[in-house]
Amino acid sequence: MASAVALSSFAFTRLSHLQMLEAESIHILREVASEFQKPVMLYSIGKDSSVMLRLAQKAFYPGPIPFPLLHVDTGYKFREMIEFRDNYTRELGVELLVWRNEPALAQGANPVALGTQRCCGLLKTQALLDGLREHGFDAAFGGARRDEERSRAKERIFSFRDRAGQWDPKNQRPELWNIFNGRIHPGEGIRIFPLSNWTELDIWHYIHLENIPIVPLYFAKERKMLVRGDSLIPVEQSFVKGLPGEEQWVRSRLRSLGCSPCTGAIRSDADTVPKIIAELVSFRSSERANRIIDHDQDGSMELKKREGYF
Amino acid sequence: MPPIQEIRQQDFSIEDFLESEQQKDLLRFSTAGSVDDGKSTLIGRLLYDSRNVYEDQVRAVTRTTGASAKTSIDFAQLTDGLRAEREQGITIDVAYRFFATAKRKFIIADTPGHEQYTRNMATGASTADLAIILIDARKGILAQSRRHASIASLLGIRHIVAAINKMDLVNFSEEVFERHRTALSVLAAKLDIEEMLAIPISALDGDNVVTRSERTPWYDGPTLLEHLETMPTTAEESDAAFRFPVQRVIRPHQNFRGFAGQIAGGSVYVGDKVVVLPSGKTSRVESIVTFDGELGSASAPQSVTLTLEDEIDVSRGDLIAAAYSAPQPTTRLEASLVWLHADPLDGAKTYLLKHTSQTVKATVSLRHRTDIETLEDHAADSLGMNEIGVAVVETSRPVLVDPYRDNHATGSFILIDPATNATVGAGMVRARLAAEIEQHSTSALIVLGSRQTLLQELEQRLLGQGYAVVNTRVTNRAVWESLLHAGVITLVACEDCESPSIAHLRRHEGLVFDSLDVHPQGEHGTAEEIERELHRRNIFPTTTEDAR
Repeated sequence: MASAVALSSFAFTRLSHLQMLEAESIHILREVASEFQKPVMLYSIGKDSSVMLRLAQKAFYPGPIPFPLLHVDTGYKFREMIEFRDNYTRELGVELLVWRNEPALAQGANPVALGTQRCCGLLKTQALLDGLREHGFDAAFGGARRDEERSRAKERIFSFRDRAGQWDPKNQRPELWNIFNGRIHPGEGIRIFPLSNWTELDIWHYIHLENIPIVPLYFAKERKMLVRGDSLIPVEQSFVKGLPGEEQWVRSRLRSLGCSPCTGAIRSDADTVPKIIAELVSFRSSERANRIIDHDQDGSMELKKREGYF
Repeated sequence: MPPIQEIRQQDFSIEDFLESEQQKDLLRFSTAGSVDDGKSTLIGRLLYDSRNVYEDQVRAVTRTTGASAKTSIDFAQLTDGLRAEREQGITIDVAYRFFATAKRKFIIADTPGHEQYTRNMATGASTADLAIILIDARKGILAQSRRHASIASLLGIRHIVAAINKMDLVNFSEEVFERHRTALSVLAAKLDIEEMLAIPISALDGDNVVTRSERTPWYDGPTLLEHLETMPTTAEESDAAFRFPVQRVIRPHQNFRGFAGQIAGGSVYVGDKVVVLPSGKTSRVESIVTFDGELGSASAPQSVTLTLEDEIDVSRGDLIAAAYSAPQPTTRLEASLVWLHADPLDGAKTYLLKHTSQTVKATVSLRHRTDIETLEDHAADSLGMNEIGVAVVETSRPVLVDPYRDNHATGSFILIDPATNATVGAGMVRARLAAEIEQHSTSALIVLGSRQTLLQELEQRLLGQGYAVVNTRVTNRAVWESLLHAGVITLVACEDCESPSIAHLRRHEGLVFDSLDVHPQGEHGTAEEIERELHRRNIFPTTTEDAR
């Protein structure tokens, strides 16, 4: 009978903060998979997506991940990202969908021609909304974290979007305990952020502990860059042109992944995850500081979110 | 000490850093205060002094406040988020902040003090281990401070810190601080708050926030951060019985059928006897499955997948619970409610009630409304936005709830308006009301004080009746807990048993009592009276079927 339980085996299991975060995220993933008709995981290929994907594997183990991944491809992602995406998703045996705003790309949309705001609007936000609508997804996981940016600090874990996919920061559903209200009317959607409470350091630490594969662009190596003041601009697209002498080989890496013309690199020697963590904790600036898009105007992320961006 | 400063030193080793990171646990706390209390300043100060703010964030804030031409950092601006609130100059919603020290990771739920305070505070407090209430040293406890303490208490936060801010404006007067502290302890007693610690601070200058102030030599308590770093978390304090709401059935092939969920209370071991509710079927835990391998045991709040020894029907919304202490399915319950929506509570309406992984239809009839400042009850049949009260809830199907004071996860629910899908209310179960069929248990813990003769007599008597009996002098809560898990009658003989340990264990409704409880005049009961008490409490010997 149950008295076979040895007294010594009773011990309170004190969970570390990463175990707490993992348990919370798995709970969220399972709730969504069980309550929605057609969920999808937005897969950006970045480190946060890699962690989210690992959590999804854990949540449904030993079963398969019960929803597809959707990559919104702007057409300007780094080649290494696309290679990694295709190889890794094939290896895991998950279903990958890719959505691009082809009409805009055919008309030559790019950040140099349109400016970053209009370019993002067409290739990211519009493509995302079209992709979700065309496939009929009613719930979409995103890898955003509350510590990334000030307007994200107020984001719910279940973030309600109206029929136009828009976010109203003043009219969010209150979210108490871990009970989530995922009820929607036809055409409405919910964005779900299972990594809401993770910090950048948590993400890296988890990647380290779990040995999670990430795109090699995160690791330092000699790369061809346009060196402009403090900025390192990766040279991948033909419309990214430097002034004489700007193009140099620099030992560098990317701190966050985006489109090659709009994502600055940093000088770095960090070629392993522990070295990246060591670099991170000694950093004096936040993660998105090298993203050109957030600086367009004060509060620009909030504007994007209101329009439907993540 | 601030971690980043440490790691900038020469002898920094990333291996050591990662090792220490892995040891950190997580404390969640909420903050409440009005615009003028300096709440945002305090959070900004906490983040800045513990080296959790990046230079570009500081620069961004300096730029926004450049008009004032001051060189000082505007700490409040570090934490204020949305455009709308910057325009209005107030925080309008719950914002979550993150920081870490060498000892712990923290999540702050930062809630506004003014507009929609109840709704937002309740949201922030619902996941918090601790609440910080800001009090302006010049003003003392205002109506608003009482509201904040009251909501924290309602949401079951056991530890509250009253940060007596702006001490610099009262010349760091001990007398002022003591006056507020005395008033706070009266309030804490009234609200049934276990711990209310007052700390004299100046968020603007940093006194007693992270570093100890030289301007308060009369104060010998911890700084705010020291207190946050050493508080036990709710998970550490919990002694709830095993609860596992099933989120999903995982069935990849014919040979595997697992039940996925997050443990909502207590611990589970392979081999434990469990009951599946509402069906009432019992089985044993065959395995605890995770992606990282099978576990021998798991505890709240881990997310795991359980398999059971027997083929029984289990689906989403069911509860797997410890067989020795399972909740009775009920369709009627009494609950405290916080109303969250502009449309008032309508007693004639059918709402959806979501509780753990289960959603059922429910009607709500209000018993009374509670004035959040005076805590007085007023007759009422409806609640408006931001009002609180007590109601009787009737559900269309049985729900598997515990009282909120015993288990926040299985004692809480939300109400949804099925027409608009809005979350309109939040509830905390006070009691199950339906006529409950007592459930049979085999375990109990009986405290006998120093009465050795009674102990021997009782042990013989119960063994003779077929009970499994052990006796112990150990007064350790964890040991008692595991004996209750083991399904035996435990007799405890000790000189000083009326310790906090037993007070905690009394939350195992009905299974723990002492020999003084059974006698009408408050004397020690006899062995016979104690046995009768066991029967009255539906505690019977293990059956042969159970003893396989």
